[in-house]
Amino acid sequence: MPVIKWLRRNLVVIAGLATLAYLILPNVVVMVFSFNKPNGRFNYSWTRFSTDAWKDPCGVADMCGSLSLSLQIALWATIGSTVLGTMIAFALVRYRFRARGAINSLIFLPMAMPEVVMAASLLTLFLNMGARLGFWTILIAHIMFCLSFVVTAVKARVMSMDPRLEEAARDLYAGPVQTFVRVTLPIASPGIAAGALLAFALSFDDFIITNFNAGSTVTFPMFVWGSAQRGTPVQINVIGTAMFIIAVVVVTAGQFIANRRKNSAKA
Amino acid sequence: MSAVVEAPAELPARKASTRKRLVPYWLLLPGILWLIVFFALPMVYQASTSVQTGSLEKGFQVTWHFQTYWDAFKEYCPQFVRSLLYAGTATLLCLLLGYPLAYLIAFKAGRYRNLVLVLVIAPFFTSFLIRTLAWKTILADGGPVVHALSTLHVLDVTSWLGWTEGHRVLATPMAVVCGLTYNFLPFMILPLYTSLERIDSRLHEAAGDLYATPATTFRKVTFPLSMPGVVSGTLLTFIPASGDYVNAELLGSTDQKMVGNVIQSQFLRVLDYPTAAALSFILMAIVLIMVTVYIRRSGTEDLV
Repeated sequence: MPVIKWLRRNLVVIAGLATLAYLILPNVVVMVFSFNKPNGRFNYSWTRFSTDAWKDPCGVADMCGSLSLSLQIALWATIGSTVLGTMIAFALVRYRFRARGAINSLIFLPMAMPEVVMAASLLTLFLNMGARLGFWTILIAHIMFCLSFVVTAVKARVMSMDPRLEEAARDLYAGPVQTFVRVTLPIASPGIAAGALLAFALSFDDFIITNFNAGSTVTFPMFVWGSAQRGTPVQINVIGTAMFIIAVVVVTAGQFIANRRKNSAKA
Repeated sequence: MSAVVEAPAELPARKASTRKRLVPYWLLLPGILWLIVFFALPMVYQASTSVQTGSLEKGFQVTWHFQTYWDAFKEYCPQFVRSLLYAGTATLLCLLLGYPLAYLIAFKAGRYRNLVLVLVIAPFFTSFLIRTLAWKTILADGGPVVHALSTLHVLDVTSWLGWTEGHRVLATPMAVVCGLTYNFLPFMILPLYTSLERIDSRLHEAAGDLYATPATTFRKVTFPLSMPGVVSGTLLTFIPASGDYVNAELLGSTDQKMVGNVIQSQFLRVLDYPTAAALSFILMAIVLIMVTVYIRRSGTEDLV
């Protein structure tokens, strides 16, 4: 039985591709249903082909407002958590000091905590302080939970850096600032970029922590959540498809740049 | 490091080295302060909330009422068990599904490696709520997936096991576990891939030279060397899955409520803060205990 033999030899590849299909299937469904003309409030079953939603992506009340709010929050959360996280990562890798263990666990714990626990405890803090829930409380929460992920991403890169490169720069009479800007930062930048990209994705997509700490402010994930009860407009699938395409382009471009760097370093 | 090098005992140099010794603390200060104020301090507030009694109208007072913990645990025991069961099943499925794909990317993809990696990472950036809602379409009653499963008599078996009900998948445990598995799969694949990629391919050749079959090579060489990835992957899927309430809400029915759903509704709808706080502390304790035991057992403590 050549078929069975072939199947056995390629079992890993087949299983892997099946998993890949499982991962991509919902994205395909989102893409297909962005061209649907639904009958009723929910866009869950296929009716007929239409490009209406693509021609008028912001045709749903409040959706694009929530989208731009989410983008703003994600941008500021990325900047905040990347700056703070990179500083922590450098301190942890490059210096020996007391309380390292405690600081390491303080950074690890937010990643080892179910999101709902962090969300609820932050809400108790804000309620006790009498803070008004909205943009600022969301931003504070997002910087908090992105921070650990940025530290981990940057730390991995800085740890694999050769400290002799910086020593060489100093031997060649580069000042501390010059060494940092011209040598340290360029080498660490892939790690920082990975951390920033992760922070952006985590913040833009976060629902659980935002749901607790947003008050009456509506971010894009909260809009989607609400629409699951009220009715899902086709435009949600348009945005979902656009996000997928942008992500593919950005990630591919990132890998392309990384590859070219690697090749030019080899040459 | 350089502080050690510049050790001459002259006074100005020592001043400079004192300043240098403070550098790590200045680097750490803002971020650590952020984590203390917005992560650690809220836990303290929540601990105090969990031992308060009172009502929303009259206000809450700390009365060291530990009974709340016991009452909350007793009342929501089924939801706790269900959360751990669903999260555990989803984690296992993620490992079974994710391992071949991670292996494929690391060793078999060749020049398609980057393409496959992009396809694994890209869904990350598409709102997971939109993708979860897409499962409603995929698993819809009478849809192609349900039709195929029932023709193959899979649904008969799963219904007998209590995973599905009759000829539907939506609003059953199977749908919730499917959603959880799907949503946390990338968190399993990426650490697995990173640890598999680090394995020196010469080890595989060596195993082959020593007459090991592919299966033995996998069991004795590849899998043990990928353990760091397995451990961090399972943690990254199990922890968030145990506290998730989105999948149970969107894909399940009231019979599939997880503990996250209870915490959410106690906090945001019922406004019974002490019970909600006690519930989230119990969840946190269970997860932390399981994680600690698991890390000890698998012997990769240096991982974290």
